[in-house]
Amino acid sequence: MVPASFEVVEKRQDTADVWTLELMADSGEPFEFEPGQFTMLAAAGAGEVPISISGDPDKPERLVHTVRAVGLATEAICAAEHGQVLSVRGPFGRPWPVHEAEGADVLIAAGGIGLPPLRPAILRLLAQRERYGRLLLLYSGRSPDELLFTDEFEDWSRRGFEVQVTVDAAGEDWDGHVGVVTRLVRHTKLEAGRVIAMSCGPELMMRFLVAALIEQGVSSDGVYISMERNMQCGIGRCGHCQLGPTLVCRDGPVYPWPEINPWLAIREL
Amino acid sequence: MRTIDELIADSPTFAGLEPAQLEFIAGCARNEHVPAGTMLMREREPAERFWLIRRGVVALELYVPGREPLVIETLEAGDVVGWSWLFAPYRWALDGRTHGDCHLIAFDGVCLRGKCESDHDLGYALMSRFAADIIERLQATRLQLADVHGNVPTTA
Repeated sequence: MVPASFEVVEKRQDTADVWTLELMADSGEPFEFEPGQFTMLAAAGAGEVPISISGDPDKPERLVHTVRAVGLATEAICAAEHGQVLSVRGPFGRPWPVHEAEGADVLIAAGGIGLPPLRPAILRLLAQRERYGRLLLLYSGRSPDELLFTDEFEDWSRRGFEVQVTVDAAGEDWDGHVGVVTRLVRHTKLEAGRVIAMSCGPELMMRFLVAALIEQGVSSDGVYISMERNMQCGIGRCGHCQLGPTLVCRDGPVYPWPEINPWLAIREL
Repeated sequence: MRTIDELIADSPTFAGLEPAQLEFIAGCARNEHVPAGTMLMREREPAERFWLIRRGVVALELYVPGREPLVIETLEAGDVVGWSWLFAPYRWALDGRTHGDCHLIAFDGVCLRGKCESDHDLGYALMSRFAADIIERLQATRLQLADVHGNVPTTA
């Protein structure tokens, strides 16, 4: 797939090392995608990386990415200024089961930089609020100043999301929860048979989260996680992102828990 | 109006105890309304009580000289605050402060220890429940120590 040129039209620094960039296609075409999909994004000369889309799927005129600067490619993307052109391939990957969740209670569990890939799902659920039961967001981060999209939580709450945020450590001026996300699950009175859970974050966090959900009676069939691996081609050709029999760029990044769990348990993979 | 034994039966820690045991335990407990910012316990001071949160949040804090207290964990409705009354030397290991107004059930730990000594079946039942609580919180703390949000490279 040939990369398309997109211009940076807006940029915002979210935390010390995370930026949100809004891009528009040089062609002027809207960028249609489903929540949970990603693109292969590149700044010239710095290499291409898979980045989840964090924008509103119902506003495809702008492609929104929220990126943490952790290496050469992502540092170059985060350094891109207004008017600079980035190359984009995509969208790729299996999306969140937003349609399949209609009629259910939906629990979104995000850890740190795992919230951006879930934001499109949150926005889609809110746009179609009447189709779902209870909507919950459990969000965990390292510290209050590393949390993302906090300026949107009030709006999400007003529109029907129960938002619970916890951090690993905080000072006394923080009035939210302190502790890990599994403790939030324990206090969330779930009607287990009705729950579809979607999670993205550090793999270790998701492993313990899923265990806590299953302990609360949530069916593992109703749990979906988004995986990250070394994705390079984005179209299932190069094999870099292989995990057991699956290629994360092609078959994921979103997987039903029963499909991916056996492979996560194999330490050599 | 619900009695204390009925209220504590709702908590995961006390759920499943015999009605007579709940009534026996309730003899060491009373309802309390505690305003925001109250220090329930202070590191190194005698630990003679503990609390079950009915409503509100209690922060467990670590005093650090020269800086604001570090909040280690927040506890909420259904959680038990305080284990140090159970084990010698019966002194608090952390500070505990209410975040917002709290409705609590306060237990006299010395009274309850005495009842456990005189009724070993009750003592065993309570210890089993507190051990489960402690393990759940220990596992959460281990995950917290792993710094999962800080150490994982990610491109998302």
